[in-house]
Amino acid sequence: MNLSGISPEVLIAALMVASTPILLAAIGELVVEKAGVLNLGVEGMMIFGAICGFAVAVETGSPALGFLGAAAGAAALSMLFGVLTQFLLSNQVATGLALTLFGLGLSALVGQGYVGVTPPAMAKLDLGPLGDIPFFGRVLFGHDAMVYLSLALVAAVWMFLNRSRAGLILRAVGESHDAAHALGYRVVAIRLGAIAFGGACAGLGGAYLSLIRVPQWTEGMTAGAGWIALAIVVFASWRPWRVLLGAYLFGGVTVLQLNLQAAGLAVPVEYLSMSPYVVTILVLVVMSSGRGRAALNAPASLGRVFHATT
Amino acid sequence: MKRRTVLGGMAAAAAGTLATPLRAAGDPLKVGFVYVGPIGDLGWTHEHDQGRLAVEAHYGDKVETFYQENVPEGADAERVLTQMCLSGAGLIFTTSFGYMDATLNVARKFPNVKFEHATGYKTAPNVATYSARFYEGRAVIGTIAGRMTKTNKVGYIASYPIPEVIRGINSAYIHARKVNPDVEFVVVWVYTWFDPAKEGDAAQALIDQGCDVVMQHTDSTAPQAVAKEAGNVMTFGQASDMSAYAPWPRVTSIIDNWAPYYIRRVGEVMDGTWQPAQTWEGIAEGMVKIGPMSERLPAEVRAEAEALIEAMRKKEYHPFTGPLNKQDGSPWLAEGEVADDGTLLGMNFYVEGLKGSIPS
Repeated sequence: MNLSGISPEVLIAALMVASTPILLAAIGELVVEKAGVLNLGVEGMMIFGAICGFAVAVETGSPALGFLGAAAGAAALSMLFGVLTQFLLSNQVATGLALTLFGLGLSALVGQGYVGVTPPAMAKLDLGPLGDIPFFGRVLFGHDAMVYLSLALVAAVWMFLNRSRAGLILRAVGESHDAAHALGYRVVAIRLGAIAFGGACAGLGGAYLSLIRVPQWTEGMTAGAGWIALAIVVFASWRPWRVLLGAYLFGGVTVLQLNLQAAGLAVPVEYLSMSPYVVTILVLVVMSSGRGRAALNAPASLGRVFHATT
Repeated sequence: MKRRTVLGGMAAAAAGTLATPLRAAGDPLKVGFVYVGPIGDLGWTHEHDQGRLAVEAHYGDKVETFYQENVPEGADAERVLTQMCLSGAGLIFTTSFGYMDATLNVARKFPNVKFEHATGYKTAPNVATYSARFYEGRAVIGTIAGRMTKTNKVGYIASYPIPEVIRGINSAYIHARKVNPDVEFVVVWVYTWFDPAKEGDAAQALIDQGCDVVMQHTDSTAPQAVAKEAGNVMTFGQASDMSAYAPWPRVTSIIDNWAPYYIRRVGEVMDGTWQPAQTWEGIAEGMVKIGPMSERLPAEVRAEAEALIEAMRKKEYHPFTGPLNKQDGSPWLAEGEVADDGTLLGMNFYVEGLKGSIPS
């Protein structure tokens, strides 16, 4: 295939930007699922974060405050899910789906006054001479702060889960909440913390869409990104670095096929678009067998209701 | 209340509506609308909803309208339509091409309900189709694009490879080439009507490839926002005026004006004169409107565009007038020959000069 029509640096730079929303949402959901909670409301939290961030940024004129507002708003929304599933012991799948519907509706309501408004622009980080390096300048040093933050977040989550005591406890809660409870860990509190973190990350991802990538507010603008984030967590078999790989693969395929078309190359767009989903389905198939599930490192208590009897 | 009693009650209510789907005399006519995107998209769905509001304003208490947004094209649409019929709708507008088969399937089950399917080509005793000759608007923006492009590369964000979209590409290209023989069109298929992030990415990809005009056949304003960011890129409002992006990048727009048609058809259902028809109206009838032209366009370009609009309004000019060849060079229309509606409605080929192929 002749790829000469596309500049690889432009492509990689575009891919990183396109992938950041789903990366942020997916890394948050990874922590939630590692704590044994399946929150299918990512899409709802993302879109709510998108409008919260947009509204705060427009009102204050500061994109940074916007991102904080997005994280806070979406975390607050996720607490609704937290209270319902952790205290009232509702079904996590149904509650998560309801959260998505609720988030979509609520964001449309909140966003009514913000249609057609242009948000304040987020300054690109000026890294001085680093940005002038050929190729790497544009790929590595030409982005806004959120792209780097998302990468730092992946590293931080990896460190937390694999190299810290608190991370070990969180994983223990996700593997066997009864055992963790017997050891004296506060399962519900830990899970609530994880759900809030997941909400905040989803909110940041949504705000990245509305403040930087698109930048505008449109109802339903996440258009399914939250569901892709959920798929990426499974695709990554609950490992942070694979989440990064998965997000860049999903985002990359989308950008790549658009760029290939724009460059006038005849490509089988359908197969390219399909590939990440096919991999996800394969992972789910492997997971459905007991041994495969263990090998894929799925949290053993994922989606199970915890009720402390003693 | 126990869950079982709730469910039982719902079943009873459903049975009740099943038995009496027809309205009694004096009851308001229930008119349903099925939308492919959110009404806040500021594009396609927004304009259909404006039409719905116009119907409400015009008939007051005599109608009751309701709508469902974000209905996926496919099996889900059938469920939504069935639900609307069961809740007593007398007339339903299905406002996207992909609802075609769902509309016909449900129409067969509810012969007393009238259906209006936008941009489709299949009819039935209780299914009419309606569409606007958007390609007339495309002729106008193609002319402006041909005059204004400096890189001679015009980007086109296409949704699905259906006749409606292909017609738009052909019309815009024919008219851009007419005023600028060096112009080249770059078409990107995004396979969605509404996905702001993807539409924005597509616009960015086109701009990265050197396009300084971006046209869209998708519903959100995301490409406008991306073009605004890029600075020197021109766009056109699609389906709605998108005036939030005027005077630049949006220099003019193709507006769908459904209100008069919706009011007319609702009235016909009320007085019992409704007939299934295939309505296809354009600038002359007012179904297609061209938005205000930006001051950023030179006066002579504006005048040229206005003259073209006027010629189409008087029906003196048809955008598909020969001599025109198909992409493979085979003759399509002879000198002075005008394309017939049948060919236009089923258009599945590019005209000569366009590069690339239509995905199948």
